[in-house]
Amino acid sequence: MKYDPQPTLPAPPGTLGVVGWMRKHLFNGPFNSIATVVLAYFIIIFMWPVIDWAILSADWIGTTRNDCTSDGACWVFISQRLNQFLYGFYPEAETWRLDLAFIMMAALIAWLIIPKTPFKGWVAAFTLLIFPFIAFVLLSGGYFGLESVDTHKWGGLSLTLVLAVVGIVAALPFGILLALGRRSHMPIVRSLSVVYIEIWRGVPLITVLFMASVMLPLFFPEDMNFDKLLRALIGITMFQSAYMAEVVRGGLQAISKGQYEAADSLGLGYWQKMNMIILPQALKLMIPGIVNTFIALFKDTSLVLIIGLFDLLAIMQASANDPNWIGFSTEGYVFVALVFWVFCFGMSRYSIHLEKRLHTGHGNRA
Amino acid sequence: MSLDNSQHNSDRPPETNVKFWHDPAKRAVLFQVLLVGAIILFATYIAINTLNNLEQRGITTGFSFLNETAGFGIPLSLIEYSEASTYGRTFIVGLLNTVLVAVLGIIGATILGFILGIARLSDNWIISRLAAIYIETFRNIPLLLQMFFWYFAVLRTLPSPRQSIEFFGSYLNIRGLSMPAPVAESGFSFVVIMFIAGIVATWLLTRWAHKRQDVTGQQFPIFWSGVGLIIGLPLLAFIVAGTPISLDHPELKGFNFRGGMTIIPELVALWLALTIYTAAFIAETVRAGILAVPHGQLEAASALGLPKVRTLRLIIIPQAMRVIIPPLTSQYLNLTKNSSLATAIGYPDLVSVFAGTTLNQTGQAIEVIMMTMAVYLSLSILTSIFMNWYNKRMALIER
Repeated sequence: MKYDPQPTLPAPPGTLGVVGWMRKHLFNGPFNSIATVVLAYFIIIFMWPVIDWAILSADWIGTTRNDCTSDGACWVFISQRLNQFLYGFYPEAETWRLDLAFIMMAALIAWLIIPKTPFKGWVAAFTLLIFPFIAFVLLSGGYFGLESVDTHKWGGLSLTLVLAVVGIVAALPFGILLALGRRSHMPIVRSLSVVYIEIWRGVPLITVLFMASVMLPLFFPEDMNFDKLLRALIGITMFQSAYMAEVVRGGLQAISKGQYEAADSLGLGYWQKMNMIILPQALKLMIPGIVNTFIALFKDTSLVLIIGLFDLLAIMQASANDPNWIGFSTEGYVFVALVFWVFCFGMSRYSIHLEKRLHTGHGNRA
Repeated sequence: MSLDNSQHNSDRPPETNVKFWHDPAKRAVLFQVLLVGAIILFATYIAINTLNNLEQRGITTGFSFLNETAGFGIPLSLIEYSEASTYGRTFIVGLLNTVLVAVLGIIGATILGFILGIARLSDNWIISRLAAIYIETFRNIPLLLQMFFWYFAVLRTLPSPRQSIEFFGSYLNIRGLSMPAPVAESGFSFVVIMFIAGIVATWLLTRWAHKRQDVTGQQFPIFWSGVGLIIGLPLLAFIVAGTPISLDHPELKGFNFRGGMTIIPELVALWLALTIYTAAFIAETVRAGILAVPHGQLEAASALGLPKVRTLRLIIIPQAMRVIIPPLTSQYLNLTKNSSLATAIGYPDLVSVFAGTTLNQTGQAIEVIMMTMAVYLSLSILTSIFMNWYNKRMALIER
């Protein structure tokens, strides 16, 4: 007997295409249908004025507040103050130095995160060891005929980036040492590390900044003068290294015991074992965690305005209080929020992507 | 290097010839002695410098400043406070204000966070998308910015006291929301006693109902009888005692409202920002906790014929909570620490009145900062003690 397969029937009507999707995700059951309709109504009711304010009836072109004639947002305020938002009070003729430093940094980071670029190890070493000095010379000047720019003129987004990047890069070595200390077999080293980590993790950053700004000058001889930015950086680094230590500890714990034992049985010393076997594997696993602490730090840098530094948020706040532009603080907040959001959201997506890529299926997670 | 050493050692008996720097145990002792020595040296250096600097500035160390008169007012205080009070009292006032906003924030963020976390898992596309947009938006914007937005861009645009928005005998203006304050009269304590009695009775009833269910399998409507006891009993007492409560209405006198109670805008802005920001993190925690319950549990529940609500209450929530509570407590701790941003908008919390005003007036930087840090530190130690206790208890119950 000849087997003659019947032709495949089409899917039941209303389960495919747009209609099917809507039935499955928007109108499955009476409760969901009502919720969908009510929410859609509210979205339209609320979103329309927002879109109208931000885009349709907003003012985009002009130089003074008199150019803002419509009811919508006055983006002229942002475009007129953009230089200040980006560079703070940095001398206008010298802003190319900030541009150059940040473009270099962006290029180096891009080199490191794009897969399959050559010489990653060397580029990473350059970024962590040599680039900070180049950036420092570019930013503060005083060498190679560059005009010296005092740190109290730094501000805006560039100051935010300096605080966050220096905070995280300087905290990395301390964090590694503290994490190794916390897992050490030496009782004094271990307890000192635990006490340091738990103290800094237990207090808010703002008290640390207060401490750095009022107590640090008391701790050192009168003639030793820290400027405000350096004090904030010391505070942030001390604070951040405790958080970094916990990230590093997580990475160290993820390395299986066999790796430690294998290194021991090869007769490697402690530092050889760490440098050649454990840390290279652990650091790779830590990158998502480091990115996450970087996001937290990036948001927290806005606190420095409390001790009188002008980061992006502080400089926007100051501009919105300028008599020429009073009444446009909402535009300012929206702009600053957007900048922070783009950075933080981008980094969090990258960290999720990285976690998926590093998760090569050897772990015990499903 | 190490390989060479081990070969050397194998040639000769090890106990005679190992140099002490090749013996890890001795080396560890030496290293730790050096480390402690270095730390002591550094601490002494700092202590000497500090004493010198303090002497030059004419600041006496010690905690005697806590008994001096503060001389500044605080706009919100849960206890009796005036300008004649001491610095010690400003510390207490600030601490209580921190606790106030932290407790309010924790309540708000928990409710909003659980709603959002569950909404994120909804099978309705619009609901889950909206929750996702909320989470990704507010998680990625600095808390301080959100606080400034609520305070400067929203609450500062409210009208002046004379043009207050009036509703139900309350007045909303730039100085806050002035509301009628309930004043307890004689006989009100009776209502309070009945309220406590209701709670105790509900607790006893719940125990009895559980025992009876274990023995006979019969269920008892605990929820509704509990509601009846906790709300009904005090309500009855309230009516019987002849409504022993009067309202103190706010009145406009000069440029401001007197009487009643006022919710200051700083508190509202801080509370809104803390709630909205932390709720985004709590929502992610809740989502992860619910997703951590294995799907087999759901299938088993529906195979037993449990309805949806009961599946949620008896199967999913108890197991999800085990995963949710540890990160949830650390979110609560974060919220409490973040409440210190209050100082930026002038809410009189611990950092603002104590590490801010008191420090500026007295110059006692070290004592003030140490006391402030000690408060936050003890909070976080208490939390971790609770967490350890909770984890142990959960581990025991686990089968």
